[in-house]
Amino acid sequence: MNDQTQITPIMKQPTPPSNPRLESWKTFFKKLRKNRAAMVGGILILFFIFVAIIGPFLAPFDPTTQNQMNKLVGPSSEHWFGTDHQGRDIFSRLIHGMSITLFIGFTSVIIGAFFGVFLGLVSGYYGKRVDAVIMRSMDVLLAFPGILLALAIVSVLGGNLTNVIIAVGIFAIPSFARIVRGSVLSVKKLEYVDAVKALGASDVRIIFKHILPNVMSPIIVQATLYMAAAILTASGLSFLGMGAQPPTPEWGAMLSAGRSYMFDAPHVAFFPGIAIVIVVLAFNIFGDGLRDALDPKMKN
Amino acid sequence: MKKELLKVNDLKQHFPIKGGLLGRTVNHVKAVDGVSFTVYEGETVSIVGESGCGKSTTGRAVLRLDEPTSGEVYFDGENLLSLNKREMRAKRKDLQIIFQDPYASINPRQTVRQVLEEAIVIQNVIPPNEREEKIKELMEKVGLGAHQIDRFPHEFSGGQRQRIGIARALSVDPKLIICDEAVSALDVSIQAQVINLLKQLQREMKLTYLFISHDLGVVRHISDRVIVMYLGRIVEVADKNSLFENPKHPYTKALLSAIPVPDPKRKKERVILTGDVPSPIDPPAGCRFHTRCPFATDKCKEEEPELRTTDGMSEQHEAACHYIEELSS
Repeated sequence: MNDQTQITPIMKQPTPPSNPRLESWKTFFKKLRKNRAAMVGGILILFFIFVAIIGPFLAPFDPTTQNQMNKLVGPSSEHWFGTDHQGRDIFSRLIHGMSITLFIGFTSVIIGAFFGVFLGLVSGYYGKRVDAVIMRSMDVLLAFPGILLALAIVSVLGGNLTNVIIAVGIFAIPSFARIVRGSVLSVKKLEYVDAVKALGASDVRIIFKHILPNVMSPIIVQATLYMAAAILTASGLSFLGMGAQPPTPEWGAMLSAGRSYMFDAPHVAFFPGIAIVIVVLAFNIFGDGLRDALDPKMKN
Repeated sequence: MKKELLKVNDLKQHFPIKGGLLGRTVNHVKAVDGVSFTVYEGETVSIVGESGCGKSTTGRAVLRLDEPTSGEVYFDGENLLSLNKREMRAKRKDLQIIFQDPYASINPRQTVRQVLEEAIVIQNVIPPNEREEKIKELMEKVGLGAHQIDRFPHEFSGGQRQRIGIARALSVDPKLIICDEAVSALDVSIQAQVINLLKQLQREMKLTYLFISHDLGVVRHISDRVIVMYLGRIVEVADKNSLFENPKHPYTKALLSAIPVPDPKRKKERVILTGDVPSPIDPPAGCRFHTRCPFATDKCKEEEPELRTTDGMSEQHEAACHYIEELSS
């Protein structure tokens, strides 16, 4: 109690009230900025989002209007990326496809994260039989190669964009569940969880108020990295004809259509392919950077 | 007549060891193996023993933070182990715990206000319009300023955090507080402050403490009675003075001889034990201490001694040794 009388005057000095959440965000951004690749990825992602929102208004041509007179024309000043086998402007189609691609990525990751995080929390917190049942079913899902599982789901539900999102979302569940479960196992052993338990807190309160906020960073990293995988899988499904149907300007479907003209007009397949590569790469390097910035063990 | 507040009967806590291909239980760690004791209202009872003797496990089992394997825990005449989850949650109002590590025992994402408010909200002890006042009162009680109410745990020192932990425990007006190595992680000077705070709070709020510690100096300062544990069992129970001045069990004697004496000229007889504590997975038969006891005989290897009292021991002084009489002479 003596220390109080001594400490009080020091505390009253006009130190700006620091919010640790704000502070941790600051250090987080500082670390993220140091990682050059992650910054490039992040800026690219912002640019993609911008294109997805503004792009359709700026695109020079309608993405679905056919022009049979102008088929398979190479890049020119009028058609920057050339035209496809129906005479549609590839540049405009890519811009319109941007929002579809991001939409597929975001929604399927949200579906996967929602169910995966929930299952992981329940599994890690309750343990024992609940854990065994949940994690073994996750193992079953994980045992399938991703694209095969998605294919199976889409062929059961029918091939359209919504079902592709559902399929990709479902096979994202186990990876989220596993990561969350692992983090929950380490957080639930901490004494503050015991302390609220000793106060009589319900399981729901402990899980969502005390455990979930402390396992957020691996979830965020996994979500970013999974965006890349989701986009790739969705394009793959469309490429195989199971996803978006023509004339939707979905990149995977565009790539698939361009495949037949590979030798006569390589640009038809080339530009959608490059677009997929850049988007996937951007999310991957940004995710890696996030992981480095959020992982306390990587401090240097 | 003193009122029994907590009565623990033959408490056992066996943790299963899973192994093999199917994760079957292959063995048990017998962390606490048949412990019985009583805590009277308003007193401080300490449990001492070396690491792994089961003292913290006993505390956690009493609170049902880990479900005990078997036994009975009577609190105010009611068996806590027979309560269902909902009844137990309500009962937790009366039993609180203060943890060892002040850095791990508070959620880093909550301010002091949120920590204390949550405690009050969970047990719903105080109407909403009086909560603010109660929180400020709690802060004051544990020696923190009201201006620190919106700070986060990382802005406090270890001693201050421990005060927050104490305030949290007090927020629901408990009857019994289990202090699980509550001062072991603090500097010696801060330790003294926190212990004095605990004593002061005990007087003001008529609290009962179950004080778990390995620090005999602290125990001597704070306790009314002391329980000595070894390998999951109680080896000696006594009031503080009898235990420190007239220890009966050879293990207690060894433990006490390890207290440093701040007098370089005084020669002390050290009882140095050899070997390690045996594994609690397969504790020795007979007296559990026989593997390290300098006086062990064949009887010790076969027959398990019960807690008992003999001539020359004060009331309520009990030791679990076959040779109390012989050893004291």
